[in-house]
Amino acid sequence: MASDGELSAAASAAREALDAHTVETVAWHFHESTGCPFWLDKKRELKFDPLTEVKSYDDLKKFPAFEDEWLRGGPVRRWVPKGLADQPVYVFETGGTTGVPKSRIAIDDFRTDYSNFSDTLPDKYFPKGSNWLMLGPSGPRRLRLAVEHLAQHRGGICFCIDLDPRWVIKLIKKGWMEHLEAYKKHCIEQAITILGAGHDVKCMFGTPKLIEALCLELEERGTSLAEQGITGIFSGGTEFTPQWTRFCVEELFGGSPEKSGIYMTPTYGNTLMGLACSKPVTKDDGYKISYYAPQPRAVVEVVEFDDYNQVVPYGGTGRVKLTTLTKEFFVPGFLERDEGEREQPFAKYPWDGVSGVRPFHELADATTVGVY
Amino acid sequence: MITLPAIRWGEPYESLEVDEIKHFLTGEPVARVNTVGSGIVARDAKKSRRARQALQSMTPAQLIDAYKRAGELFESGTLAVGDAQQSATDFAEQTSATTGMPVAMCKANVVKNAFVLKNIDKILDCLTRGLDLNILARGYGDEGRGVTVSYQAQTDVLGAVLPSNSPGVHTLWLPVVAMQIGLALKPGSQEPWTPYRVAAAMKEAGIPVEAISIYPGAGGDIGGSILSNYRRAMIFGGPQTIQQYAGNERVQVHGPGYSKILLGDDEADNWREYLDLMVESVYRNGGRSCINASSIYTPRHGKEIAAALAERLGPIEALPPDDPKAGLAAFTTPGAAAAIWGAIERDLADSRTTHATADYGPRLVEQETCAYLRPTVWHCQSTECPGANKEYMFPAVSVVDCPQERMLAEIGPTLVCTAITKNEQFRSDLMAATHIDRLNLGPIPTPQVDWLQPHEGNLVEFLYRNRALQVR
Repeated sequence: MASDGELSAAASAAREALDAHTVETVAWHFHESTGCPFWLDKKRELKFDPLTEVKSYDDLKKFPAFEDEWLRGGPVRRWVPKGLADQPVYVFETGGTTGVPKSRIAIDDFRTDYSNFSDTLPDKYFPKGSNWLMLGPSGPRRLRLAVEHLAQHRGGICFCIDLDPRWVIKLIKKGWMEHLEAYKKHCIEQAITILGAGHDVKCMFGTPKLIEALCLELEERGTSLAEQGITGIFSGGTEFTPQWTRFCVEELFGGSPEKSGIYMTPTYGNTLMGLACSKPVTKDDGYKISYYAPQPRAVVEVVEFDDYNQVVPYGGTGRVKLTTLTKEFFVPGFLERDEGEREQPFAKYPWDGVSGVRPFHELADATTVGVY
Repeated sequence: MITLPAIRWGEPYESLEVDEIKHFLTGEPVARVNTVGSGIVARDAKKSRRARQALQSMTPAQLIDAYKRAGELFESGTLAVGDAQQSATDFAEQTSATTGMPVAMCKANVVKNAFVLKNIDKILDCLTRGLDLNILARGYGDEGRGVTVSYQAQTDVLGAVLPSNSPGVHTLWLPVVAMQIGLALKPGSQEPWTPYRVAAAMKEAGIPVEAISIYPGAGGDIGGSILSNYRRAMIFGGPQTIQQYAGNERVQVHGPGYSKILLGDDEADNWREYLDLMVESVYRNGGRSCINASSIYTPRHGKEIAAALAERLGPIEALPPDDPKAGLAAFTTPGAAAAIWGAIERDLADSRTTHATADYGPRLVEQETCAYLRPTVWHCQSTECPGANKEYMFPAVSVVDCPQERMLAEIGPTLVCTAITKNEQFRSDLMAATHIDRLNLGPIPTPQVDWLQPHEGNLVEFLYRNRALQVR
């Protein structure tokens, strides 16, 4: 365990790295030769010059609040930095049940995020070379390609299912719960078919709801995830609560990783930010889940509800604010639809984290959770 | 403060997620409720067979004896509920504290629920039309005509998604365990008290604890899981819920009642004789029940009836919950009362509609931590007025001008209909109407329940299928 002094030094070093990375990223996105049309255009409206006046991460507060609407609609190429204009470009979308979805361009970010994430996975439960099952949303989502890259990066092959979360949200909003059940069953049947087809799948991504449904269906059929050969799972989202984790580990898996042979790690992320990893989740710690962003590529802050430039004290509750700082994409201070508590840095991630992530209380009523 | 665990087939379960329920007036926490997710409901459902088997280890006679003891205990015992010993007074006060209902009304509902438990033999006798309960328990038997009759349970457990509005509605699921069917309950977020106290009383009375689960948690999540995991379920909700489950044989839906009083041509001129009945029908139980009258249809004197009702109901004030005279329940959800009043005001803006309680002071009374709506009466000159057939969770009634010959075509689905008429043809038409559930022929207040009658859907018919069986 790191001493206070070591932790403090690591935190300072991380902060310096973040400051330097911020200056470098801003310089890239706002320089006429490398920046993207959107930011170069926006630069004219700013009351400061990002090229000379952003000297640290804190200087990003000079930017106005990032508006969701900027991500809706085309031309999407306005987000492609000139410095990367000759690269093949992906577009990933979020939302889209009603209206125009938010979209972001990506070139290699999703691969980088998941290659980095791969380093956090224990080889014992995520054996190199093993095959994967991606039990999550398909379509214009980042996740499918990202998980597929993760599998490939670790020397495996990824199997996927069809799942349209936009249809799932419509079913929930219409109150067609029987159709929702039927659709969930349809997705689970695809997963069980893959698991039973001799593909030697050992690792998987699954959303909490689908992991739960898969385990219950396997139990119904007299088998279990462990018997199907699964040893490593990563999952994510605001539904990944301590209570759900406890139920899942203790009842659906049959105990701790040592006992059941299944290791599950939560993650928090989205199309804009990348992937925040969790501090190891243990029974002794009440299955508490704390996420840490992949700094300096992305930063998570917990900010006051009435002042988004002010972080809350450690342990305090606030809204989750994301900042993305890569050469492909620059998003200063995007307000997530979530809230949580600010967590202390620790040895592995010597910067702030967030725990207790849940839908932002002022938006919660309008948010459809439990999507897939 | 009391801590209520989730109950999983009798076993208390402490969750890592705990909701605090607060006193509607003081804001003080009253209970900590351990909430669970849908996965636990789904997983436990796989063991539902055991719940029924545990109940089948008792004979119907033993179960009935236990019910009677449970009724006494529920009404006046001190019971182990959660981590506390709960007296009958504690129970009424706690229920009032979180639902906003006056304490006296909560006490009245205790009597109602206890009556069902204590008189379960008579109630089952009525619901089964006198069937020997041993036939239900064994699955078949001779009814006495030399013919074998057989009943097949349609589920091991009834799932129920319960409301928060009034403890009185719990009477609907109370008889289930006596029919050797288990219960998986999602209590209302503001009213977990009755399910917990019933379960505690049943446990104390010797009914197997494995028969009952209680799952507090998010409505959509737990409710959805209960409805999809049990072959028979009961749910309470608004018009949207009714529509969603209409025609679904697995689900019995209890929604708004749109209960009504109809004055026939022959009795309309005698309306003053029935004023007490009308007031009681609108006002009893704080007007919160689906069996409270929400409309009065009359061929004549509508304006006078509305004025007379307003004179009686209009002055009623919102009193503190511990005042024995308190007759109105508070709205504890922020903004709810104001939103309802907004909807009523829009209906009152109609030129054919008159607000009869307008002269008795403001109806919306907003307090620091809650709000009240005082009784409201309006007169509609036509059944086409927007307020002609609305129902709200407080004493609110529309008096609607409508010729007798148009009444049955205009009233729409009606849970309780009190028809004041001696006209045999009209009575006969009322009998034939398929959109009326409970029919009171003559001056009987709409909330008056005869527990020896089937109410809001016969439970026996919902839980058991009458089928052919031949034995050699």
